[in-house]
Amino acid sequence: MSGGQIAVLAGLGAFHGLNPAMGWLFAVARGMQERSRGVLLRSLPPIALGHLASVAIVASVVSATESVVAGNVVGIVGGAVLVVFGLWRLLSERHFRWAGMRLSTAQLAGWSFLMSSAHGAGLMLLPVLAVGAAGAHADHAMPGMRVDGTPLAALEGLAAAGVHTLAMFAVMAALAVGVYEFVGVAILRKAWFNMDRLWAGVMVGAGALTIAITAS
Amino acid sequence: MTRWTPDPTFYPTPRDAAGAPAETLAYVAAFDRAGEQPDAIAVVDTDPGSETYGRVVGWTDLPHTGDELHHFGWNACSSALCPTAPHPHVERRYLIVPGLRSSRIYVIDTKDDPRSPRVVKEIAAEELASKANYSRPHTIHCGPDGIYVSALGNGTDGGGPGGIAVLDHTTFEVRGQWEADRGDQHLAYDFWWHLTRDVLVTSEWGTPDMIEDGINSELLLARKYGHRLHFWDLAKRTLVQSVDLGDQYQMTLELRPAHEPTREYGFVGVVVSVEDLSASVWVWHRDGGEFQVTKVIDIPAEPAATEDLPPALQPFGAVPPLVTDIDLSVDDKFLYVSCWGTGELKQYDVSDPFRPVETGSVRLGGIVGRVPHPSFPDERLAGGPQMVEVSRDGRRVYVTNSLYGSWDDQFYPDGVGAWLAKLDVADGGGLTVDPAFFPHGDDFRGRRVHQTRLQGGDASSDSYCFPSA
Repeated sequence: MSGGQIAVLAGLGAFHGLNPAMGWLFAVARGMQERSRGVLLRSLPPIALGHLASVAIVASVVSATESVVAGNVVGIVGGAVLVVFGLWRLLSERHFRWAGMRLSTAQLAGWSFLMSSAHGAGLMLLPVLAVGAAGAHADHAMPGMRVDGTPLAALEGLAAAGVHTLAMFAVMAALAVGVYEFVGVAILRKAWFNMDRLWAGVMVGAGALTIAITAS
Repeated sequence: MTRWTPDPTFYPTPRDAAGAPAETLAYVAAFDRAGEQPDAIAVVDTDPGSETYGRVVGWTDLPHTGDELHHFGWNACSSALCPTAPHPHVERRYLIVPGLRSSRIYVIDTKDDPRSPRVVKEIAAEELASKANYSRPHTIHCGPDGIYVSALGNGTDGGGPGGIAVLDHTTFEVRGQWEADRGDQHLAYDFWWHLTRDVLVTSEWGTPDMIEDGINSELLLARKYGHRLHFWDLAKRTLVQSVDLGDQYQMTLELRPAHEPTREYGFVGVVVSVEDLSASVWVWHRDGGEFQVTKVIDIPAEPAATEDLPPALQPFGAVPPLVTDIDLSVDDKFLYVSCWGTGELKQYDVSDPFRPVETGSVRLGGIVGRVPHPSFPDERLAGGPQMVEVSRDGRRVYVTNSLYGSWDDQFYPDGVGAWLAKLDVADGGGLTVDPAFFPHGDDFRGRRVHQTRLQGGDASSDSYCFPSA
């Protein structure tokens, strides 16, 4: 991964961490309900783990697939999927449905996994992964390398997901502690920008960008 | 279309909601007992600075007749901020309005002209029956994953079980029956929840064939109306525990859980004890894992001369209080108890839920008292304070006077009339009637009036996922 890629992955991680729907707000609610900062802090790792799992699956599949198929297929197909998914998110008013707030640590990770997956969090990394693969193809243009490189490519995808989730975790933790300790949840009434719309817009843009990069 | 910032009427905590601005409009369910004219949503001006304060300023007739509007609710509320499935950018704009007799559900849009709401969708009784096997929809609550609708009867024959159907938040399609496992629960009426505890509570009235032709004294004396509370797992949708209050306590109706998410108790009103015609209020609370239900308020019947009583009550020589609605202020401090029989609204300080202290009382109407409104001293009022709604800041209380068409006719056989009164709450407790606010009689065009909903939300419309402190 280049420094640029790491920066973009971390940026997207920060963006995901910023979204109250991705988990920091749930951690705050759990802490407030039990009047315990410890409960808040202990809620963060499982949420990050669920997010990581969701993103890692997409990232490693994309990276591994890229290493075995012709250079720009994954980028173009994946970009198209991303555009369509983003448009659907943009136009649909359906929201994630979940009743139940008293979750065990494992259930909390599961909730985060489903929430991230329903929002297509992993798909959003596609441009970075596609650019990485395109770069790799250019560097070693030997066809034989591709099959051998599959597990390695999947690992690269995992690393990307890891970098992304670290950034997500840092932002999420900062926001959760900041709101819990200092700001208070009343801030939500004014500051809770419609992330879903922005999110969907970013997806459409990322999809288009991926197609543009890989098709060129 | 969704908003860029959360709907300004959504509040994360009860304390934030209690600081909400005063309502400027109230929506009131108005129904024609004869079923000849359409039922309607009446819009009442509640802005004291307005020239039309206390008057009916809007009126939306429904497209059918015979619905018997009763309770209704908002499409979305503060629960949209709940962190497991947040959707705070939807708008609180639609009233979900069930017809208790027709089983039809209307979706009414209040946004474009709040004084002239318009019907934008109808859910047919057949859809509710075919998708959820329910009829006689009653209470509406905006849930984290959909709109919950309680229903008194099954979808086929006027019997039970009654239960809860879920509507889609966006399309308002009936998604289906809520219960995954209802155990032996059969009777239904009200429901509400402790969202952060994954607890849903339901109460019991009777199946449609037990109530629609009027209160049945044989069933009542045989103690066949509901006398239990049910506690459910909100996430798993299964019955966890049922508590029997004792079969003399007939009709466990309105459920008012504490708004504060850290408090796991709530109040339920019981209409009548068949032993002495008294009414009561009980508290449910968690005790060592299990729920217990404890009686905290007893309201005795008032002796009366036989000739002053309607035929249904003459054998008893007394007026039962008939507690048919209760409401808890958003700060969980004051509980309002409607005594529809004796014509009294009582206010209790329930800061300690196990030791309520009566802090206020207003008498209007009543089976025997017929107490007039102070501004119309010559008009003996029929009906009594019944549906009670409290503003979010807890300063204003609105009461209407009809209970349920066929039951009105039994207890007020010479006509129940129609009125909406407003009471002001003094600091620290105490109630006074607002002399300037009294839409009544012809203001409601021959309809009777039932539930009131306040623009932006009220004490029985919203639930909260974040503690105040």
